[in-house]
Amino acid sequence: MSTKLIYFAWVRERIGKPEEDVELPAGIETVGDLLRWLRSRGEEYENALQYPDVIRVAINQEHVGHREKIAGAREIALFPPMTGG
Amino acid sequence: MAGAVVPAIRIQREDFDVAAEIAGLTGGRTDIGAVVTFSGLCRDEQGALSALELEHYPGMAEAEIGRIAAEAVERWPLQGLSVIHRHGKIRPGENIVLVVAASAHRQAAFEAANFLMDYLKSRAPFWKKEHLADGSEGGWVEAKEADDQAADRWKKPGQ
Repeated sequence: MSTKLIYFAWVRERIGKPEEDVELPAGIETVGDLLRWLRSRGEEYENALQYPDVIRVAINQEHVGHREKIAGAREIALFPPMTGG
Repeated sequence: MAGAVVPAIRIQREDFDVAAEIAGLTGGRTDIGAVVTFSGLCRDEQGALSALELEHYPGMAEAEIGRIAAEAVERWPLQGLSVIHRHGKIRPGENIVLVVAASAHRQAAFEAANFLMDYLKSRAPFWKKEHLADGSEGGWVEAKEADDQAADRWKKPGQ
């Protein structure tokens, strides 16, 4: 099953695309696992995600922590801390 | 007694009219004793800024503000609640965000509007990019620790 990844703000700019569909390899169980795997995909990902602690994540459009399980996620968004309002 | 208040939430590119939004909440009603509005505007940072570009997460922006507004309705006795957040390019002096909270008494309206803004700042998926007056791109606005602390003070014990 493929998962849709969506990027915003400087995460989007550094990765160089707004979204992509990926096939997650076996063993990627949590948000933290996903971030580690993405960083291994190339320089642009490493550049965007080198400080994973600051990356905020939403699964199916709801905020989650990095220990959250990603099983069944249709849409996972990665973005910097928000600055609206 | 009317049923539970359903917050009105709009995410839009267009500007809004603050007076019209207040009138929309209070028009034809006689039970509202207090309306608190907060408008956030784009400032020019002493002339350095030509515009802010607001990026948002369509779908989640509405959903997340809906969740925050639903919590406000649960915590305070409100008779009306409207939230508007703009996206796209916004110039100094223009509106960015509006919260209108209506209640029988002022305290609930003040507190609910304050709560909404503190939570919007740290949880609503919007990001501001600066465009500088000299024509260059100024980079992404950094989140402030103070905004997280402002949101934390509304946490209930054990939350």
